[in-house]
Amino acid sequence: MIDERRLDELREEAARTGSVAGKLLRYYDVPLLKAPVWSWEVPAYFFVGGGAGAAAVLAAAARLTGADASLVKDARWIAAVGAAVSGPLLIADLGRPERFLNMMRVFKPQSPMSVGAWILAGFGTLSAATVLADLLGFERIADTAGVLSAATGLGMATYTGVLLGATAIPAWAEHVSLLPFHFGASALGSAASALQLRGHDEKALHILAFGAAVFETAAAVPPRSTTMKAAEFLSGPVPLALRLLGLRSKRARRAAAAATLLGSLLTRLAWVESGRDSAAESGP
Amino acid sequence: MTPGTTGFFTDSTLCIGCKACEVACKEWNGVPDDGFRFTGMSYDNTRSLGHSTWRHVKFVEHEPEFGHGGNSPSHMTWQFSSDVCKHCEHAGCLEACPTGSIVRTEFGGVYIQPDICNGCGYCVVTCPFGVVDRRPDDGRAFKCTFCYDRQKDGLQPACAKACPTGSILFGDLDELQRVADARIEKLHGLGMTDANIWNPTETSVGGTHAFFLVRGDASQYNLPAAPRVPTTLLREGWTAAAVAAGAIALGSLLAFALGGKR
Repeated sequence: MIDERRLDELREEAARTGSVAGKLLRYYDVPLLKAPVWSWEVPAYFFVGGGAGAAAVLAAAARLTGADASLVKDARWIAAVGAAVSGPLLIADLGRPERFLNMMRVFKPQSPMSVGAWILAGFGTLSAATVLADLLGFERIADTAGVLSAATGLGMATYTGVLLGATAIPAWAEHVSLLPFHFGASALGSAASALQLRGHDEKALHILAFGAAVFETAAAVPPRSTTMKAAEFLSGPVPLALRLLGLRSKRARRAAAAATLLGSLLTRLAWVESGRDSAAESGP
Repeated sequence: MTPGTTGFFTDSTLCIGCKACEVACKEWNGVPDDGFRFTGMSYDNTRSLGHSTWRHVKFVEHEPEFGHGGNSPSHMTWQFSSDVCKHCEHAGCLEACPTGSIVRTEFGGVYIQPDICNGCGYCVVTCPFGVVDRRPDDGRAFKCTFCYDRQKDGLQPACAKACPTGSILFGDLDELQRVADARIEKLHGLGMTDANIWNPTETSVGGTHAFFLVRGDASQYNLPAAPRVPTTLLREGWTAAAVAAGAIALGSLLAFALGGKR
Protein backbone atom coordinates (compact mmCIF):
# COMPACT_ATOMS: atom_id res chain seq x y z
CA MET A 1 0.00 0.00 0.00
CA ILE A 2 2.88 2.36 0.77
CA ASP A 3 4.16 1.97 -2.79
CA GLU A 4 0.70 2.58 -4.20
CA ARG A 5 0.39 5.79 -2.24
CA ARG A 6 3.83 6.92 -3.39
CA LEU A 7 2.72 6.42 -7.00
CA ASP A 8 -0.38 8.54 -6.33
CA GLU A 9 1.82 11.24 -4.86
CA LEU A 10 4.09 11.21 -7.87
CA ARG A 11 1.10 11.40 -10.17
CA GLU A 12 -0.36 14.34 -8.26
CA GLU A 13 2.95 16.12 -8.26
CA ALA A 14 3.28 15.58 -12.01
CA ALA A 15 -0.23 16.95 -12.52
CA ARG A 16 0.64 19.99 -10.40
CA THR A 17 3.78 20.77 -12.33
CA GLY A 18 1.92 20.21 -15.59
CA SER A 19 4.07 17.35 -16.91
CA VAL A 20 0.99 15.09 -17.17
CA ALA A 21 -2.69 15.94 -17.48
CA GLY A 22 -4.42 16.28 -14.14
CA LYS A 23 -7.27 13.96 -13.33
CA LEU A 24 -10.52 15.93 -13.49
CA LEU A 25 -12.79 14.27 -11.00
CA ARG A 26 -16.37 14.61 -12.12
CA TYR A 27 -19.43 12.41 -12.07
CA TYR A 28 -19.49 11.85 -15.82
CA ASP A 29 -20.48 15.29 -17.10
CA VAL A 30 -23.54 15.66 -14.94
CA PRO A 31 -23.70 19.28 -13.70
CA LEU A 32 -23.61 19.72 -9.94
CA LEU A 33 -26.14 22.55 -9.93
CA LYS A 34 -29.63 22.98 -11.30
CA ALA A 35 -30.14 25.68 -13.91
CA PRO A 36 -32.43 28.63 -13.13
CA VAL A 37 -36.00 27.82 -14.17
CA TRP A 38 -36.91 31.46 -14.90
CA SER A 39 -38.25 32.26 -18.35
CA TRP A 40 -38.12 35.59 -20.24
CA GLU A 41 -40.50 37.30 -17.81
CA VAL A 42 -37.87 37.58 -15.09
CA PRO A 43 -35.13 39.39 -17.10
CA ALA A 44 -37.91 41.49 -18.69
CA TYR A 45 -38.96 42.44 -15.14
CA PHE A 46 -35.35 43.32 -14.21
CA PHE A 47 -35.41 45.76 -17.14
CA VAL A 48 -38.89 47.22 -16.62
CA GLY A 49 -38.78 47.29 -12.80
CA GLY A 50 -35.23 48.68 -12.68
CA GLY A 51 -36.03 51.40 -15.21
CA ALA A 52 -39.25 52.29 -13.39
CA GLY A 53 -37.40 52.52 -10.07
CA ALA A 54 -34.77 54.84 -11.52
CA ALA A 55 -37.51 56.91 -13.22
CA ALA A 56 -39.07 57.53 -9.78
CA VAL A 57 -35.67 58.73 -8.53
CA LEU A 58 -35.36 61.07 -11.52
CA ALA A 59 -38.91 62.38 -10.95
CA ALA A 60 -38.15 63.20 -7.31
CA ALA A 61 -34.78 64.77 -8.12
CA ALA A 62 -36.37 66.85 -10.89
CA ARG A 63 -39.21 67.92 -8.61
CA LEU A 64 -36.90 68.84 -5.71
CA THR A 65 -34.68 70.95 -7.92
CA GLY A 66 -37.59 72.67 -9.62
CA ALA A 67 -37.14 71.22 -13.08
CA ASP A 68 -39.72 71.26 -15.86
CA ALA A 69 -43.13 70.03 -14.62
CA SER A 70 -43.83 67.90 -17.69
CA LEU A 71 -40.56 66.01 -17.12
CA VAL A 72 -41.61 65.29 -13.52
CA LYS A 73 -45.01 64.11 -14.72
CA ASP A 74 -43.62 61.83 -17.42
CA ALA A 75 -41.04 60.32 -15.07
CA ARG A 76 -43.73 59.64 -12.48
CA TRP A 77 -45.87 57.94 -15.12
CA ILE A 78 -42.98 55.80 -16.34
CA ALA A 79 -42.45 54.71 -12.72
CA ALA A 80 -46.12 53.91 -12.14
CA VAL A 81 -46.69 52.10 -15.42
CA GLY A 82 -43.41 50.17 -15.05
CA ALA A 83 -44.42 49.10 -11.56
CA ALA A 84 -47.86 48.07 -12.80
CA VAL A 85 -46.26 45.89 -15.50
CA SER A 86 -43.67 44.43 -13.10
CA GLY A 87 -46.11 42.54 -10.89
CA PRO A 88 -47.86 40.68 -13.71
CA LEU A 89 -44.48 39.78 -15.28
CA LEU A 90 -43.29 38.18 -12.04
CA ILE A 91 -46.61 36.49 -11.38
CA ALA A 92 -46.61 35.01 -14.89
CA ASP A 93 -43.27 33.37 -14.19
CA LEU A 94 -44.43 31.63 -11.00
CA GLY A 95 -45.10 27.93 -11.20
CA ARG A 96 -48.34 28.59 -9.32
CA PRO A 97 -49.35 32.15 -10.28
CA GLU A 98 -52.57 32.01 -8.26
CA ARG A 99 -50.46 31.79 -5.11
CA PHE A 100 -48.52 35.02 -5.70
CA LEU A 101 -49.87 36.53 -2.49
CA ASN A 102 -47.91 33.91 -0.52
CA MET A 103 -44.95 36.26 -1.10
CA MET A 104 -46.64 38.54 1.45
CA ARG A 105 -47.02 35.78 4.08
CA VAL A 106 -43.60 36.51 5.58
CA PHE A 107 -40.80 39.02 5.49
CA LYS A 108 -37.36 37.40 5.41
CA PRO A 109 -34.39 39.80 5.39
CA GLN A 110 -32.11 36.85 4.60
CA SER A 111 -33.96 36.24 1.32
CA PRO A 112 -33.33 38.83 -1.44
CA MET A 113 -36.48 37.49 -3.15
CA SER A 114 -38.59 38.27 -0.08
CA VAL A 115 -36.99 41.70 0.37
CA GLY A 116 -37.57 42.34 -3.34
CA ALA A 117 -41.23 41.30 -3.19
CA TRP A 118 -41.81 43.83 -0.40
CA ILE A 119 -39.82 46.54 -2.21
CA LEU A 120 -41.97 45.98 -5.31
CA ALA A 121 -45.18 46.01 -3.27
CA GLY A 122 -44.15 49.31 -1.66
CA PHE A 123 -42.92 50.82 -4.90
CA GLY A 124 -46.06 49.82 -6.79
CA THR A 125 -48.31 51.38 -4.17
CA LEU A 126 -46.27 54.58 -3.80
CA SER A 127 -45.69 55.21 -7.51
CA ALA A 128 -49.41 54.68 -8.20
CA ALA A 129 -50.27 56.99 -5.29
CA THR A 130 -47.96 59.66 -6.73
CA VAL A 131 -49.67 59.84 -10.13
CA LEU A 132 -53.13 59.45 -8.61
CA ALA A 133 -52.60 62.28 -6.10
CA ASP A 134 -51.19 64.42 -8.88
CA LEU A 135 -54.21 63.71 -11.10
CA LEU A 136 -56.58 64.63 -8.27
CA GLY A 137 -54.62 67.81 -7.62
CA PHE A 138 -53.19 66.92 -4.20
CA GLU A 139 -49.75 68.32 -4.87
CA ARG A 140 -48.28 67.92 -1.36
CA ILE A 141 -49.39 64.30 -1.17
CA ALA A 142 -48.04 63.65 -4.66
CA ASP A 143 -44.66 65.12 -3.70
CA THR A 144 -44.43 63.13 -0.47
CA ALA A 145 -45.45 59.91 -2.19
CA GLY A 146 -43.02 60.77 -4.99
CA VAL A 147 -40.08 61.03 -2.59
CA LEU A 148 -41.06 57.77 -0.88
CA SER A 149 -41.49 56.03 -4.23
CA ALA A 150 -38.01 57.28 -5.18
CA ALA A 151 -36.62 55.71 -1.99
CA THR A 152 -38.18 52.34 -2.85
CA GLY A 153 -37.23 52.97 -6.49
CA LEU A 154 -33.56 52.96 -5.46
CA GLY A 155 -34.21 49.46 -4.13
CA MET A 156 -35.94 48.46 -7.36
CA ALA A 157 -32.94 49.59 -9.40
CA THR A 158 -30.37 47.66 -7.38
CA TYR A 159 -31.83 44.74 -5.38
CA THR A 160 -32.11 42.50 -8.44
CA GLY A 161 -28.30 42.44 -8.51
CA VAL A 162 -28.26 40.98 -5.00
CA LEU A 163 -31.04 38.57 -6.01
CA LEU A 164 -28.77 37.03 -8.65
CA GLY A 165 -25.49 37.51 -6.79
CA ALA A 166 -26.45 35.79 -3.54
CA THR A 167 -27.02 32.38 -5.12
CA ALA A 168 -25.06 29.17 -5.67
CA ILE A 169 -24.66 29.88 -9.42
CA PRO A 170 -20.91 30.56 -9.88
CA ALA A 171 -21.20 33.13 -12.71
CA TRP A 172 -23.55 35.22 -10.56
CA ALA A 173 -21.94 34.68 -7.16
CA GLU A 174 -18.51 35.70 -8.51
CA HIS A 175 -19.97 39.09 -9.42
CA VAL A 176 -22.11 39.66 -6.34
CA SER A 177 -20.60 43.08 -5.69
CA LEU A 178 -20.63 44.12 -9.35
CA LEU A 179 -24.22 43.08 -10.16
CA PRO A 180 -26.04 45.76 -8.09
CA PHE A 181 -23.85 48.46 -9.68
CA HIS A 182 -24.30 47.01 -13.15
CA PHE A 183 -28.06 46.73 -12.80
CA GLY A 184 -28.25 50.14 -11.14
CA ALA A 185 -26.31 51.85 -13.93
CA SER A 186 -28.38 50.02 -16.50
CA ALA A 187 -31.60 51.13 -14.78
CA LEU A 188 -30.47 54.76 -14.51
CA GLY A 189 -29.34 54.84 -18.13
CA SER A 190 -32.62 53.35 -19.36
CA ALA A 191 -34.80 55.70 -17.27
CA ALA A 192 -32.95 58.78 -18.53
CA SER A 193 -33.08 57.39 -22.07
CA ALA A 194 -36.81 56.66 -21.91
CA LEU A 195 -37.40 60.28 -20.86
CA GLN A 196 -35.21 61.54 -23.70
CA LEU A 197 -37.22 59.48 -26.17
CA ARG A 198 -40.36 61.08 -24.72
CA GLY A 199 -38.89 64.34 -26.01
CA HIS A 200 -37.26 65.74 -22.87
CA ASP A 201 -33.90 67.29 -23.52
CA GLU A 202 -32.67 68.45 -20.12
CA LYS A 203 -28.92 68.46 -19.72
CA ALA A 204 -29.35 66.40 -16.52
CA LEU A 205 -30.71 63.44 -18.48
CA HIS A 206 -27.81 63.67 -20.88
CA ILE A 207 -25.29 63.81 -18.01
CA LEU A 208 -26.82 60.82 -16.20
CA ALA A 209 -27.11 58.65 -19.30
CA PHE A 210 -23.56 59.61 -20.21
CA GLY A 211 -22.39 58.56 -16.73
CA ALA A 212 -24.19 55.23 -17.07
CA ALA A 213 -22.56 54.63 -20.47
CA VAL A 214 -19.12 55.45 -19.02
CA PHE A 215 -19.73 52.92 -16.23
CA GLU A 216 -20.93 50.27 -18.68
CA THR A 217 -17.84 50.77 -20.83
CA ALA A 218 -15.39 50.76 -17.92
CA ALA A 219 -16.89 47.98 -15.79
CA ALA A 220 -17.42 45.48 -18.58
CA VAL A 221 -17.50 41.91 -17.26
CA PRO A 222 -15.71 39.27 -19.29
CA PRO A 223 -18.42 38.42 -21.82
CA ARG A 224 -19.46 34.79 -21.67
CA SER A 225 -21.91 34.88 -24.55
CA THR A 226 -22.88 36.69 -27.73
CA THR A 227 -25.83 38.20 -25.89
CA MET A 228 -23.53 39.65 -23.23
CA LYS A 229 -21.18 41.03 -25.90
CA ALA A 230 -24.10 42.68 -27.71
CA ALA A 231 -25.50 43.97 -24.41
CA GLU A 232 -22.19 45.51 -23.40
CA PHE A 233 -21.65 47.04 -26.83
CA LEU A 234 -25.10 48.63 -26.89
CA SER A 235 -24.93 49.83 -23.26
CA GLY A 236 -21.35 51.11 -23.27
CA PRO A 237 -19.33 52.19 -26.33
CA VAL A 238 -22.28 52.85 -28.68
CA PRO A 239 -24.20 55.34 -26.51
CA LEU A 240 -20.90 56.77 -25.24
CA ALA A 241 -19.77 57.64 -28.76
CA LEU A 242 -23.22 58.83 -29.79
CA ARG A 243 -23.53 61.00 -26.71
CA LEU A 244 -20.16 62.63 -27.41
CA LEU A 245 -21.50 63.41 -30.88
CA GLY A 246 -24.79 64.32 -29.24
CA LEU A 247 -23.29 67.31 -27.48
CA ARG A 248 -24.40 69.12 -30.63
CA SER A 249 -26.94 66.80 -32.26
CA LYS A 250 -30.29 65.94 -30.72
CA ARG A 251 -30.71 63.10 -33.19
CA ALA A 252 -27.50 61.45 -31.91
CA ARG A 253 -28.78 61.84 -28.35
CA ARG A 254 -32.00 60.06 -29.29
CA ALA A 255 -30.09 57.28 -31.06
CA ALA A 256 -27.94 56.88 -27.93
CA ALA A 257 -31.09 56.65 -25.82
CA ALA A 258 -32.52 53.90 -28.04
CA ALA A 259 -29.24 51.95 -27.90
CA THR A 260 -29.14 52.26 -24.09
CA LEU A 261 -32.69 50.93 -23.70
CA LEU A 262 -32.04 47.97 -25.98
CA GLY A 263 -28.67 47.37 -24.26
CA SER A 264 -30.31 47.44 -20.84
CA LEU A 265 -32.87 44.80 -21.81
CA LEU A 266 -30.14 42.65 -23.38
CA THR A 267 -27.98 43.07 -20.25
CA ARG A 268 -30.67 41.48 -18.09
CA LEU A 269 -31.31 38.68 -20.61
CA ALA A 270 -27.57 38.04 -20.87
CA TRP A 271 -27.08 37.77 -17.10
CA VAL A 272 -29.87 35.22 -16.74
CA GLU A 273 -28.50 33.32 -19.73
CA SER A 274 -25.00 33.29 -18.21
CA GLY A 275 -26.50 31.78 -15.06
CA ARG A 276 -27.99 28.95 -17.07
CA ASP A 277 -24.67 28.32 -18.83
CA SER A 278 -22.80 28.48 -15.55
CA ALA A 279 -25.09 25.88 -13.94
CA ALA A 280 -24.69 23.59 -16.95
CA GLU A 281 -20.89 23.75 -16.58
CA SER A 282 -20.86 23.39 -12.79
CA GLY A 283 -18.99 20.61 -11.07
CA PRO A 284 -18.11 19.62 -7.53
CA MET B 1 -35.25 9.44 18.46
CA THR B 2 -34.16 12.77 19.94
CA PRO B 3 -36.02 15.54 18.12
CA GLY B 4 -33.92 17.66 15.79
CA THR B 5 -31.02 15.27 15.47
CA THR B 6 -32.02 12.56 13.00
CA GLY B 7 -30.08 11.93 9.84
CA PHE B 8 -29.02 9.58 7.07
CA PHE B 9 -25.66 7.89 6.93
CA THR B 10 -25.12 6.40 3.47
CA ASP B 11 -22.22 3.97 3.22
CA SER B 12 -21.24 3.55 -0.43
CA THR B 13 -19.06 0.54 0.33
CA LEU B 14 -22.18 -1.42 1.25
CA CYS B 15 -24.31 -0.24 -1.68
CA ILE B 16 -24.99 -2.85 -4.38
CA GLY B 17 -26.75 -0.46 -6.77
CA CYS B 18 -30.13 -2.20 -6.56
CA LYS B 19 -32.07 1.09 -6.52
CA ALA B 20 -34.58 -0.24 -4.00
CA CYS B 21 -34.25 3.15 -2.26
CA GLU B 22 -35.28 4.98 -5.45
CA VAL B 23 -38.30 2.72 -5.87
CA ALA B 24 -39.36 2.83 -2.22
CA CYS B 25 -39.09 6.62 -2.22
CA LYS B 26 -41.20 6.97 -5.36
CA GLU B 27 -43.82 4.52 -4.10
CA TRP B 28 -44.19 5.96 -0.63
CA ASN B 29 -44.18 9.59 -1.72
CA GLY B 30 -46.13 9.15 -4.95
CA VAL B 31 -43.35 10.74 -6.98
CA PRO B 32 -43.95 10.66 -10.76
CA ASP B 33 -41.47 9.14 -13.21
CA ASP B 34 -38.51 11.19 -14.36
CA GLY B 35 -38.78 10.63 -18.08
CA PHE B 36 -37.49 7.08 -18.73
CA ARG B 37 -34.55 8.57 -20.61
CA PHE B 38 -31.61 6.38 -21.56
CA THR B 39 -28.38 8.16 -20.70
CA GLY B 40 -26.01 5.70 -22.39
CA MET B 41 -23.60 6.02 -19.47
CA SER B 42 -23.14 3.20 -16.96
CA TYR B 43 -26.27 1.80 -15.33
CA ASP B 44 -27.35 5.25 -14.25
CA ASN B 45 -30.32 6.40 -16.29
CA THR B 46 -31.47 8.86 -13.65
CA ARG B 47 -28.40 11.17 -13.82
CA SER B 48 -29.08 13.33 -10.78
CA LEU B 49 -31.42 14.27 -7.99
CA GLY B 50 -34.30 16.45 -9.12
CA HIS B 51 -37.94 17.36 -8.74
CA SER B 52 -38.97 13.77 -9.31
CA THR B 53 -35.86 11.96 -8.07
CA TRP B 54 -35.38 12.22 -4.32
CA ARG B 55 -33.01 9.25 -3.99
CA HIS B 56 -30.49 8.65 -6.76
CA VAL B 57 -28.03 5.80 -7.02
CA LYS B 58 -24.75 6.87 -8.60
CA PHE B 59 -22.65 4.40 -10.53
CA VAL B 60 -19.07 5.54 -10.27
CA GLU B 61 -16.82 3.67 -12.68
CA HIS B 62 -13.11 4.11 -13.07
CA GLU B 63 -11.04 2.38 -15.68
CA PRO B 64 -7.40 1.69 -15.00
CA GLU B 65 -5.36 4.68 -16.02
CA PHE B 66 -1.92 4.45 -17.53
CA GLY B 67 0.66 6.29 -15.53
CA HIS B 68 -1.52 6.20 -12.45
CA GLY B 69 -0.06 3.58 -10.12
CA GLY B 70 -1.38 0.07 -10.63
CA ASN B 71 -2.30 -0.64 -14.20
CA SER B 72 -3.62 -4.10 -13.59
CA PRO B 73 -7.16 -4.55 -14.95
CA SER B 74 -8.14 -5.59 -11.45
CA HIS B 75 -7.82 -1.95 -10.49
CA MET B 76 -10.98 -1.13 -12.37
CA THR B 77 -13.39 0.17 -9.77
CA TRP B 78 -17.17 0.18 -9.78
CA GLN B 79 -18.79 1.86 -6.86
CA PHE B 80 -22.35 2.78 -6.03
CA SER B 81 -23.69 5.44 -3.78
CA SER B 82 -27.24 6.50 -3.05
CA ASP B 83 -27.51 10.28 -3.06
CA VAL B 84 -30.18 12.32 -1.32
CA CYS B 85 -30.99 15.88 -0.21
CA LYS B 86 -28.33 16.81 2.33
CA HIS B 87 -30.75 18.57 4.71
CA CYS B 88 -28.08 21.19 5.43
CA GLU B 89 -27.61 22.72 8.86
CA HIS B 90 -27.58 26.12 7.09
CA ALA B 91 -29.79 25.43 4.10
CA GLY B 92 -29.61 27.81 1.13
CA CYS B 93 -33.10 26.87 -0.10
CA LEU B 94 -34.69 27.43 3.30
CA GLU B 95 -33.06 30.83 3.78
CA ALA B 96 -34.00 31.96 0.27
CA CYS B 97 -37.63 30.79 0.20
CA PRO B 98 -39.71 34.01 0.06
CA THR B 99 -43.03 32.41 1.02
CA GLY B 100 -41.86 30.57 4.11
CA SER B 101 -42.90 27.35 2.41
CA ILE B 102 -39.55 25.73 3.20
CA VAL B 103 -39.19 25.01 6.91
CA ARG B 104 -36.98 23.10 9.33
CA THR B 105 -38.94 20.23 10.84
CA GLU B 106 -38.74 19.08 14.44
CA PHE B 107 -36.56 16.21 13.20
CA GLY B 108 -33.96 18.55 11.71
CA GLY B 109 -34.94 17.98 8.08
CA VAL B 110 -35.60 20.69 5.50
CA TYR B 111 -39.17 20.39 4.27
CA ILE B 112 -41.05 22.13 1.43
CA GLN B 113 -44.71 22.63 2.40
CA PRO B 114 -46.49 21.84 -0.87
CA ASP B 115 -49.59 23.84 0.06
CA ILE B 116 -47.54 27.05 0.40
CA CYS B 117 -44.93 26.86 -2.40
CA ASN B 118 -45.83 29.15 -5.29
CA GLY B 119 -43.06 27.97 -7.60
CA CYS B 120 -40.90 31.13 -7.65
CA GLY B 121 -37.82 29.01 -8.35
CA TYR B 122 -35.44 30.83 -6.01
CA CYS B 123 -34.62 27.68 -4.01
CA VAL B 124 -33.42 26.09 -7.27
CA VAL B 125 -30.54 28.56 -7.65
CA THR B 126 -29.68 28.80 -3.95
CA CYS B 127 -29.14 25.08 -3.29
CA PRO B 128 -25.37 24.46 -3.40
CA PHE B 129 -25.97 20.79 -4.21
CA GLY B 130 -28.39 21.06 -7.15
CA VAL B 131 -31.06 19.11 -5.28
CA VAL B 132 -34.23 21.22 -5.50
CA ASP B 133 -35.99 21.70 -8.82
CA ARG B 134 -39.35 22.95 -10.06
CA ARG B 135 -41.57 20.29 -11.58
CA PRO B 136 -42.71 21.76 -14.91
CA ASP B 137 -46.18 20.21 -15.11
CA ASP B 138 -46.93 20.98 -11.47
CA GLY B 139 -45.25 24.34 -11.04
CA ARG B 140 -44.00 23.76 -7.50
CA ALA B 141 -40.52 22.92 -6.23
CA PHE B 142 -39.90 19.43 -4.91
CA LYS B 143 -37.19 17.48 -3.12
CA CYS B 144 -36.73 14.81 -0.47
CA THR B 145 -39.13 15.38 2.44
CA PHE B 146 -36.95 13.34 4.81
CA CYS B 147 -40.18 11.26 4.99
CA TYR B 148 -41.61 13.85 7.35
CA ASP B 149 -44.92 11.97 7.45
CA ARG B 150 -43.25 8.68 8.41
CA GLN B 151 -41.01 10.31 11.00
CA LYS B 152 -44.11 11.90 12.54
CA ASP B 153 -45.38 8.37 13.09
CA GLY B 154 -42.06 7.17 14.48
CA LEU B 155 -41.13 5.29 11.31
CA GLN B 156 -37.84 5.52 9.44
CA PRO B 157 -37.78 7.01 5.92
CA ALA B 158 -38.86 4.65 3.14
CA CYS B 159 -35.42 4.50 1.48
CA ALA B 160 -33.63 3.44 4.67
CA LYS B 161 -36.34 0.88 5.39
CA ALA B 162 -36.05 -0.64 1.91
CA CYS B 163 -32.24 -0.75 1.72
CA PRO B 164 -31.35 -4.45 1.78
CA THR B 165 -27.67 -4.08 2.71
CA GLY B 166 -27.71 -1.44 5.43
CA SER B 167 -25.98 1.02 3.14
CA ILE B 168 -28.60 3.63 4.05
CA LEU B 169 -28.84 4.03 7.79
CA PHE B 170 -31.31 6.32 9.49
CA GLY B 171 -31.11 7.37 13.09
CA ASP B 172 -29.82 9.76 15.69
CA LEU B 173 -27.04 11.84 14.14
CA ASP B 174 -24.57 11.33 17.01
CA GLU B 175 -25.18 7.59 16.92
CA LEU B 176 -24.71 7.53 13.13
CA GLN B 177 -21.43 9.41 13.54
CA ARG B 178 -20.19 6.70 15.90
CA VAL B 179 -21.23 4.00 13.40
CA ALA B 180 -19.42 5.87 10.63
CA ASP B 181 -16.23 6.30 12.67
CA ALA B 182 -16.19 2.59 13.51
CA ARG B 183 -16.81 1.70 9.88
CA ILE B 184 -13.93 3.90 8.69
CA GLU B 185 -11.62 2.30 11.23
CA LYS B 186 -12.65 -1.16 10.07
CA LEU B 187 -12.25 -0.35 6.36
CA HIS B 188 -8.84 1.23 6.92
CA GLY B 189 -7.83 -1.92 8.79
CA LEU B 190 -8.89 -3.96 5.76
CA GLY B 191 -6.59 -1.87 3.58
CA MET B 192 -9.28 0.37 2.08
CA THR B 193 -7.30 3.43 3.09
CA ASP B 194 -9.14 5.68 0.65
CA ALA B 195 -12.44 5.32 2.52
CA ASN B 196 -13.49 8.66 3.99
CA ILE B 197 -16.49 10.53 5.31
CA TRP B 198 -18.02 13.38 3.34
CA ASN B 199 -19.77 15.89 5.57
CA PRO B 200 -18.99 19.59 5.04
CA THR B 201 -19.07 20.55 8.71
CA GLU B 202 -16.21 23.03 8.30
CA THR B 203 -17.98 25.04 5.57
CA SER B 204 -20.72 27.68 5.74
CA VAL B 205 -23.22 24.86 5.18
CA GLY B 206 -22.33 23.83 8.72
CA GLY B 207 -22.69 20.10 8.24
CA THR B 208 -25.59 18.07 6.92
CA HIS B 209 -28.25 15.67 8.11
CA ALA B 210 -27.22 13.31 5.32
CA PHE B 211 -23.56 12.33 5.22
CA PHE B 212 -21.72 9.76 3.18
CA LEU B 213 -18.89 7.26 3.33
CA VAL B 214 -17.11 7.25 -0.01
CA ARG B 215 -13.87 5.91 -1.43
CA GLY B 216 -11.32 8.30 -2.85
CA ASP B 217 -12.12 11.86 -3.80
CA ALA B 218 -15.77 12.71 -3.09
CA SER B 219 -15.79 14.86 -6.26
CA GLN B 220 -16.22 11.73 -8.36
CA TYR B 221 -19.58 11.26 -6.59
CA ASN B 222 -20.51 14.88 -7.46
CA LEU B 223 -20.14 15.79 -3.79
CA PRO B 224 -18.43 19.22 -3.61
CA ALA B 225 -15.54 19.66 -1.21
CA ALA B 226 -16.34 23.28 -0.42
CA PRO B 227 -20.06 24.00 -0.75
CA ARG B 228 -21.15 27.50 0.25
CA VAL B 229 -24.53 28.62 1.53
CA PRO B 230 -25.40 31.73 -0.56
CA THR B 231 -26.44 33.76 2.50
CA THR B 232 -22.70 34.31 3.08
CA LEU B 233 -22.82 36.60 0.02
CA LEU B 234 -25.60 38.83 1.35
CA ARG B 235 -23.41 41.34 3.17
CA GLU B 236 -21.28 41.91 0.08
CA GLY B 237 -24.32 42.14 -2.19
CA TRP B 238 -26.37 44.52 -0.04
CA THR B 239 -23.34 46.73 0.63
CA ALA B 240 -22.84 47.08 -3.12
CA ALA B 241 -26.57 47.75 -3.59
CA ALA B 242 -26.53 50.45 -0.89
CA VAL B 243 -23.49 52.19 -2.41
CA ALA B 244 -24.99 51.92 -5.91
CA ALA B 245 -28.33 53.30 -4.66
CA GLY B 246 -26.52 56.18 -2.94
CA ALA B 247 -24.62 56.97 -6.11
CA ILE B 248 -27.82 56.97 -8.18
CA ALA B 249 -29.63 59.24 -5.70
CA LEU B 250 -26.74 61.67 -5.33
CA GLY B 251 -25.93 61.64 -9.03
CA SER B 252 -29.55 62.37 -9.97
CA LEU B 253 -29.83 65.27 -7.51
CA LEU B 254 -26.51 66.73 -8.63
CA ALA B 255 -27.31 66.33 -12.32
CA PHE B 256 -30.66 68.09 -11.94
CA ALA B 257 -29.22 70.79 -9.70
CA LEU B 258 -26.56 71.51 -12.33
CA GLY B 259 -28.45 70.82 -15.54
CA GLY B 260 -32.15 70.69 -14.83
CA LYS B 261 -32.91 73.18 -17.58
CA ARG B 262 -32.96 72.43 -21.27
